[in-house]
Amino acid sequence: MSDEKKKALEAQIRAFVGKPVGPVVVGRDPVNEPMIRQWCDAMGETHPAYLDADAAKKTVHGEIVAPPTMLQAWVMEGWAMHEGYDEPKNEQHRLHKVLADNGYTGVLGTNTEENYTRYLRLGETVKALTVIDSISEEKATGVGIGYFITTKTTFENQDGEDLGSMSFRVLRFKPANAQAAASKEGESKATAQKPSRIKPPMGHDNGWWWEKVASDGVIPIQRCTSCQKLRHPPRPMCDACGSQGFDAIAASGRATVHTFTVIHYPQFPGYEYPIVSIIVDLEEGERMASTLVDCKPEDVSIGMAVEAVIHEDEDGFKIPFFRPAAR
Amino acid sequence: MPTTLHNEAAVAGIGQTAYTKNSGVSELQLATEAVRKAIDDAGIQPSEVDGLVTYTMDSSDEVEVARTVGIGDMTFWSQVNYGGGAAVGLVAHAAMAVATGAAKNVVVYRALNGRSGQRMGQGVSGQIISSDLIHWSWYMPFGLLTPASWIALQARLYMHKYGATSEHLAHVAITQRMHAQKNPNAAMYGKPMTMDDYMKSRMICEPLRLFDCCQEDDGGCALLITTPERARDMKQTPAVIRGVTQASFEGQEQMTSFYRDDLAWLPEMELAAKRVYEMSGLGPKDMDAACLYDAFTPEVLMQLEAFGFCGRGEAKDFVTSESLTLGGALPNNTHGGLLSEAYLHGVNNLAEGVRLVRGESCNQPDKVDHVLVTSGVGVPTGAVIFGKD
Repeated sequence: MSDEKKKALEAQIRAFVGKPVGPVVVGRDPVNEPMIRQWCDAMGETHPAYLDADAAKKTVHGEIVAPPTMLQAWVMEGWAMHEGYDEPKNEQHRLHKVLADNGYTGVLGTNTEENYTRYLRLGETVKALTVIDSISEEKATGVGIGYFITTKTTFENQDGEDLGSMSFRVLRFKPANAQAAASKEGESKATAQKPSRIKPPMGHDNGWWWEKVASDGVIPIQRCTSCQKLRHPPRPMCDACGSQGFDAIAASGRATVHTFTVIHYPQFPGYEYPIVSIIVDLEEGERMASTLVDCKPEDVSIGMAVEAVIHEDEDGFKIPFFRPAAR
Repeated sequence: MPTTLHNEAAVAGIGQTAYTKNSGVSELQLATEAVRKAIDDAGIQPSEVDGLVTYTMDSSDEVEVARTVGIGDMTFWSQVNYGGGAAVGLVAHAAMAVATGAAKNVVVYRALNGRSGQRMGQGVSGQIISSDLIHWSWYMPFGLLTPASWIALQARLYMHKYGATSEHLAHVAITQRMHAQKNPNAAMYGKPMTMDDYMKSRMICEPLRLFDCCQEDDGGCALLITTPERARDMKQTPAVIRGVTQASFEGQEQMTSFYRDDLAWLPEMELAAKRVYEMSGLGPKDMDAACLYDAFTPEVLMQLEAFGFCGRGEAKDFVTSESLTLGGALPNNTHGGLLSEAYLHGVNNLAEGVRLVRGESCNQPDKVDHVLVTSGVGVPTGAVIFGKD
């Protein structure tokens, strides 16, 4: 996208900031016991203050109240929410359509923050006003470049009493791997795809290594077929004898932590934070970078014994991690 | 033909733009403004410049800069690889060019919208910075995506081995922040920092907190390099290059040299030190000030050792609250450095080295005959010693 075109797009989307998404939404039903019961069933919530009228009498509330985290549920529009992205019917839809039309076809909900002022009582009506609160500058993320859009919703009852608020942030992005996305038929809207870790490009000098991880379930270590020297990460020539011939041995998987860091920020989609990142000394003498799993960040230490475990992502990608060694 | 770069070249001009978080202009505009100011500072005409050097990572290419600034015929240009490691390389290439006659007056520059445009701290995911994609692929799938994460691995081991703590790192950050309070062009001007502020800053990649990491900024910075003879006829007091070298050590990778015996040591910096001290006939005791590359605070500690200002593992005792200040053993990054002035990829540290030799720093020590300036840590790098003519 040219600078000018981008400027024009940004001017267009920034005009949405501060606008209400639409009119105030009024809950279809007042706060009521059947909805509370269903919600508690679905969430596995068993607290008697929400479910048992007699027990609730003995609480500070004196009657059944609604779980605070239900706040948004009272004003949800149901299936109607699903419509409107092709034929926009409110400002949020219009904003998303502008971005989608400019190639930002992916959507990810990134985070939400809710504030509850007080418990809701039976019979109260919940009203919500949602405003487009902010749009970030363009960010480079693991799934592609895009804009974070934050909406802010304020909740009131029928008398205008404050009940709480919610901010909700989504990333609207250009899928980084549009080709891969396009090849998955029926998923032309990359919207449903869960982000996954950044994959290694499979080049001539490294592709075989990842393939072996996946097919053999081991950590391969490249070996010079001329002088037998091991080397990692793989490279196309032996730095000791100059030979280009190589094969690989399977590492035992036993290793010790040479050094580590716990990564908190920045956070990329497709990874779970904090990440305990490690450099390990493999028993065979080579070093490699990996991730320590099944270990709390405060429990990792330099010199600790670890063992390899081949992890498989939901999308089938296999990657060698380590976990604390069994005693 | 010279066989060494000792006293063969000098910095005759420096130029810089404002350092901001959102320049609102193109990188080419930043580059050309800095280049033009360096030429004006030297007191010569753009048409007298016949060489340009920049970073491979820079987006403003040489002929575009030349045409914009009004530089005419050129007989030398080059680009230096490896991010912040290139800073001193620029000076080395320009010095070689003027020493051999490949060019007479060479301007070296770096300009970036490092905050409002492509941000380095956001890592290698969105857009791969390096063509060396395979190299990064040994780290990306594991979430090791940012400079902070790579340096943290090395810093952790260094601190473990020698007993250095967050407080030791804090001294580096706090001292440089203090220096920036006298530098109106520093991003952290007017924002002093206490030990408490430092300790309360959030963890980025343990053990690195937010204030152990440099900033991201927009701006441009340039130096004009020529022979000492020509420099003497120009407007400013020359900063003569007593020694300069690039340095990459066996087992070197770009930010990820995790495969050497001792990760708590910077062998490429040790190589750079050996070379510049030999070339200049000087040693650590002769350095009156330094601008040690400071993208992350532990890098300063490790360089103090590599350049012989203290013994191996002793930097934690060297970096007391005063040692790196004006009255201390080694005034360091008197402009605030990358941590507190701006992240101009190290070229602003070179400019400060020149100001120190000229006697023009905003925190000028009494006597400065020699200043050591280094470039990127963890990458193929280099070092230069500027001296008073």
